[in-house]
Amino acid sequence: MVDATMKSDVAAMRADKRGSLQRTFQRKSTIAFLMTLPLILLIATLVLYPAFYAVHLAMLNKTMERFVGLSNFTFLFKRETFWMVVMQSCIFAITAVFFKAIIGFIVAHLVHNIPDKGQRKWRGMLLVPWVIPPAMSTLAWLWLFDPSYSAFNWILESIGLSGVPWLGDVYWARFCVILVNVWIGAPFFMIMYLAALKSVPDQLYEAAKIDGANWWQTMRFVTIPMMRNIIMITALFSTIVTFANFDIVRVLTRGDPLDQTHVFATWAFRLGIEGGDIPLGASISLFMVPILTVGAIFILRDIVKRGNEA
Amino acid sequence: MIKKTISRRRFVATGAAAAAGVVAAPYVSSAQSGGKLTLGLWDHWVPGANKATEDVIKAWADKEKVEVTVDFVTSQGNKNLLMLAAESQAKSGHDIVALPTWQPARHAGNLEPVDDILADLIKQNGAVNATVEYLGKIKNSWVAVPATVGSQMKGPASRVDLMKKLANVDILAMYPAGAAPKADGWTMDAFLKAAQDCNKGGHAFGIGLGTTSDSVDTAGAIFNAFGAVLVDQKENITAKSEKVRAALDYATRLAKEYPSDSASWDDASNNKWLVSGRGAMIMNPPSAWAVAVRDAPQIAEQIWHHGMPSGPNGRHAPFLPYFWGIWSFGKNKSAAKSLLRHMSTRAAAEKMVEASKGYDIPAFASFTDFKTWAEIGPPKGTMYHYPNPHNHQILSIAAAPSPHRIAEQIYTQGLMTKMIVRHLRGDSMESVLSYAESELEGFMRT
Repeated sequence: MVDATMKSDVAAMRADKRGSLQRTFQRKSTIAFLMTLPLILLIATLVLYPAFYAVHLAMLNKTMERFVGLSNFTFLFKRETFWMVVMQSCIFAITAVFFKAIIGFIVAHLVHNIPDKGQRKWRGMLLVPWVIPPAMSTLAWLWLFDPSYSAFNWILESIGLSGVPWLGDVYWARFCVILVNVWIGAPFFMIMYLAALKSVPDQLYEAAKIDGANWWQTMRFVTIPMMRNIIMITALFSTIVTFANFDIVRVLTRGDPLDQTHVFATWAFRLGIEGGDIPLGASISLFMVPILTVGAIFILRDIVKRGNEA
Repeated sequence: MIKKTISRRRFVATGAAAAAGVVAAPYVSSAQSGGKLTLGLWDHWVPGANKATEDVIKAWADKEKVEVTVDFVTSQGNKNLLMLAAESQAKSGHDIVALPTWQPARHAGNLEPVDDILADLIKQNGAVNATVEYLGKIKNSWVAVPATVGSQMKGPASRVDLMKKLANVDILAMYPAGAAPKADGWTMDAFLKAAQDCNKGGHAFGIGLGTTSDSVDTAGAIFNAFGAVLVDQKENITAKSEKVRAALDYATRLAKEYPSDSASWDDASNNKWLVSGRGAMIMNPPSAWAVAVRDAPQIAEQIWHHGMPSGPNGRHAPFLPYFWGIWSFGKNKSAAKSLLRHMSTRAAAEKMVEASKGYDIPAFASFTDFKTWAEIGPPKGTMYHYPNPHNHQILSIAAAPSPHRIAEQIYTQGLMTKMIVRHLRGDSMESVLSYAESELEGFMRT
């Protein structure tokens, strides 16, 4: 009898355990976790590990034989070129994001006003610069700016104007780097803004019209407030990507002339890989983190605040 | 419980090996009794040049019964430097690797000494040039074997017709095919005058002032011709010396005759300048000529490779050697040494030079008489003087003889070309020299 009771208890416990295991696996959060686990592992392997390894490298001396703490950073702070690169990275990122946002905003409105039937092909065509691998499209731009075969200079010279040293002059070179970045990145803004525009309810525009709002008032009090979160997130995302840009500068100017088109990533590569000072290269690339973190905190805090207000 | 962990080193090693595997398809010899050997060699610009190296290696592998795998890694995008950095970090990878210019010094701590090989090679073939010794012999020990493949000279490649017509310089008379140079009058002053005349005639010398190797090598050769050293062997900064001032002054006067956007030139810009017919001269190995043979034969027929002009400190030609090194963590060092001896023989070097159409130059002066350079054309004899067969130039490299860790920074960051560009755009001599001093102080870090 006792034996039978114990057996039934064990069976009940087993069933209970199975039940709780089943419940755990049936829980949405568990399924979600399991489904995202491969991605988490991928990020841990390809993002977290290299990030912590970069921190480790940044604290070693040039020959990577001894720990030097923050010496690499203090060394950088004393270098004139470092502050020049900081300034250039800021000019590059802010100017490029600004123009990408403006162009994206205008083009999104233009596309939005095209009848639905023909809109798809316009959307597709306008996305082309964004979907081509940047290294390839930048190579095409390099040929357009090429000293011997520049198509732009050929046009200028054929109408009697003198050629421009597109990549040989500091200011023209900076202009070219930003231009190519805007050309590649503006379609991303366009598509994000277009999605945001499509989600604005028509009733709001109708109400504004009834209230007698003009074009500017509709834009200011309806369109922009409704798009604000998308504008902020897109700007934040683009700022991060633009700040960390490597391929455009690398292919177009390699930081020349006189290091005056270098951004963090290209200068880190120059010193770390080409110059053999891997710890200093790691320190330069890590310097982007605090700058971008501060920006991200401010923008995300604003978005959350307005989300709560809503 | 057995806990399996992947160490950081193992992880990087696997990644490096995977990356290298993607770079180029290897060939594998089936013989196995002599063990295995893996090589990460430079992927040559010249189509078909890798084949000669493969054949040389295969002949050795068949004889020694060693299973050999060769990965040809391109230097496009510095993939070869990335491979070297990854393997030296991981302490794992190929057994033998090709090391460009400054890499033997950078990785000296991870390279197997090869003094025994060099002692024998020098005994057989005679001495190597001073630049090869400076770059490959670190702290009195050879850390890598000078390679034929990839080693190159960046002397002038001139348009014979334009030089004669615009500057009245008879290149063929100074550098006749098959005979010793008669170039006593080919001085820095004559060079400057020719640059001015050609620029006036609409065919400027295509010399860059960027930070890539071609630009830096030319600036370095000019500095060396004036004996201008930025940091001496004892690590004293000597940027404000009279010799540096003289070199900078000359280089800036010369740079006024360069194309207006030369500050942004890379290693392809000068080639395009010559092949497009716009330039009377560039400083390059024969790769530009080889492209011209294919794309612009009428221009190729006028190109002649010859020596540098002489300055107060002699006639310096920029020489960029490649090396073959054995990782100290390699698994089959004795086989690696045996293979490197085989790859360094005169017969092997001749095959490699022939396959590269004369682009590659062995480090031994006694190997500069191969028939390839004398016979290749058009025009026949264009490359006769390219390997410096009459030894009338001093083969040197920019930033030597500064200590390697400083010289490498001077070179890779293009300090000399930056000094010229600054002076050219109007910065005073003193301000440029102060800038150079400040940069050099930064390069001193250990």
